[in-house]
Amino acid sequence: MPQKGKRTRTISIGTIARVEGEGALRVTVKDGEVRDVELRIFEPPRYFEAFLVGRHFAEVPDIVARICGICPVAYQMSAVHALEQAFGIRVPAPIRDLRRLIYCAEWIESHALHVYMLHAPDFLGYDGAIDMAKDHRDAVARGLRLKRAGNRLLALLGGRSVHPVSVKVGGFSRVPTRHELLGLTDELLWARDAAIETIQWVTGFEKPEFRQDYTFAALAPEDEYPFNEGPIRSSQGLQIEACDFEQHFTERQVPYSTALHSTLNGASYLAGPAARLHLNASRLSPLAKHEWEEASAGLSILNPFNTIVARSVEILFALEEALRMIQSYEMPRSSSVPVTPRAGVGMACTEAPRGMLYHRYAVDEQGTIREAKIIPPTSQNQRRIEDDLRAFVPQVLNLSTKEAALACERVIRCYDPCISCATHFLRLEVCEATT
Amino acid sequence: MTKRAGVGTIRVIGVGNAWRGDDAVGLQVARHLRERLGPSVEVVEAEGDGLVLLDLMEGIDHVILIDAVKGGGQPGTTVRLDLSVRSRWGTVVPCSTHAIGIADAIDLARAMGRLPKQIILYGIEIESVDSGASLSEPVREGLDAVVEHVHQEVERAQCMKCT
Repeated sequence: MPQKGKRTRTISIGTIARVEGEGALRVTVKDGEVRDVELRIFEPPRYFEAFLVGRHFAEVPDIVARICGICPVAYQMSAVHALEQAFGIRVPAPIRDLRRLIYCAEWIESHALHVYMLHAPDFLGYDGAIDMAKDHRDAVARGLRLKRAGNRLLALLGGRSVHPVSVKVGGFSRVPTRHELLGLTDELLWARDAAIETIQWVTGFEKPEFRQDYTFAALAPEDEYPFNEGPIRSSQGLQIEACDFEQHFTERQVPYSTALHSTLNGASYLAGPAARLHLNASRLSPLAKHEWEEASAGLSILNPFNTIVARSVEILFALEEALRMIQSYEMPRSSSVPVTPRAGVGMACTEAPRGMLYHRYAVDEQGTIREAKIIPPTSQNQRRIEDDLRAFVPQVLNLSTKEAALACERVIRCYDPCISCATHFLRLEVCEATT
Repeated sequence: MTKRAGVGTIRVIGVGNAWRGDDAVGLQVARHLRERLGPSVEVVEAEGDGLVLLDLMEGIDHVILIDAVKGGGQPGTTVRLDLSVRSRWGTVVPCSTHAIGIADAIDLARAMGRLPKQIILYGIEIESVDSGASLSEPVREGLDAVVEHVHQEVERAQCMKCT
């Protein structure tokens, strides 16, 4: 609504709908200029950092899996790699491959959930997936089946689909037989075709005109699309190992959020599917590379609304990669390597569905955790989301406060913020303040 | 999946987050019920994403859900809702603990035409959902009664399907 005279307007979202967990937004506009953007995140990983201290290292994978019901594998992968680094352990190739495979499962599941259930309704003009399902039942059914394909693979590898239990330091407590994995082939082949349909579907969505000059940051190994390894690179030329993460990426506390803000050289950066694709497009699997080349010809990766396309391309990649690994899978003789704890510090960064997830552990000679640090991707993207909103809000000031708030929510949802598995009534509150 | 001769299937699903105080109550009720019921009825614990419910309900005729709710009642008390006949109930269960909560999952199943023939929710009024906390006193005290209620519900469902 048009404003006359001096006026402070607050666009406030009490609880952001269709994001994973709890979050709230307050944007203050004065005399037509954005003064403050505060994304408030209620984030429990900090609690887990304290909770892990004094625990035996073997308990860590099960504990960190509880941080998030959507991306437990990511927490487990960063944890086991960091602890293995502290203990000087390298797992053999078959275990390494199985870790890529279980990560594929999580990307499929998590990305399908976001693309279909949480994000697509924004582009098709629905309040949510339930309304969308009434008019787009086939699409929603495709999304649910895609997600279930990821669930089934995760359940096979992890023992169950939520909070998997088979991942441990040194490997797995159990590995699947070749027969078990091959049993999923037909469903994964269906899912691969469905992923191509998904890319074409979301590429056709009309996106708002909006671009930002992002600094992308992601793992970028030489010879494969990243999951668990590789140097961290940025689009500004950074190239570091995970053990140097904290020297370049710094965190600071903000008073309005329990999440710490991360910056790279003092500025915001973007982690997640768009960053991974920007830095690793040449390392995609054949079909995914082809589909991305087709889709990206007409879109800009600098528009955050196109992350739905990036996420869909990663679903296809994860399915191709999973099928490739299943076809060549030979059951390893041993599901894990022996682990002897030693005092030290280990760091690892892996690619969670939403972006880089960094863990650091200090461990004593008995294998007891003395210090834990966890930097989740949503915390890293928080500053970037605020920067987006600062640039975006002027475009929607002509709208009512309610409509402007909803438009801001759509920007936030582009990041698929996994604020945590948490406890909150999904409720939207819009308030307006004048002075 | 538990088949009973020619009468369809029953599944009990306890929903919750084991690490968030009273939010674990649905899981705990499920565990107690599994001990009581033995193998005659499948009892499942569902953590995390509510969409898992769609898979867990598929092909099942009679679903009994158990979850933490915050509906304004005394902590530890139980509310029973027949979701098969209730299309608007989200406000009755305002506290969803999951990214897509069970209210959304049920509504989505309804929109997709995938709702079981009968779906009963037992909601336990909760007090607190602090990270890492155990069940609050009133919810712990109410646990046995909930288990008993749901046990009777299962017996009624079995009986109904046998006649």
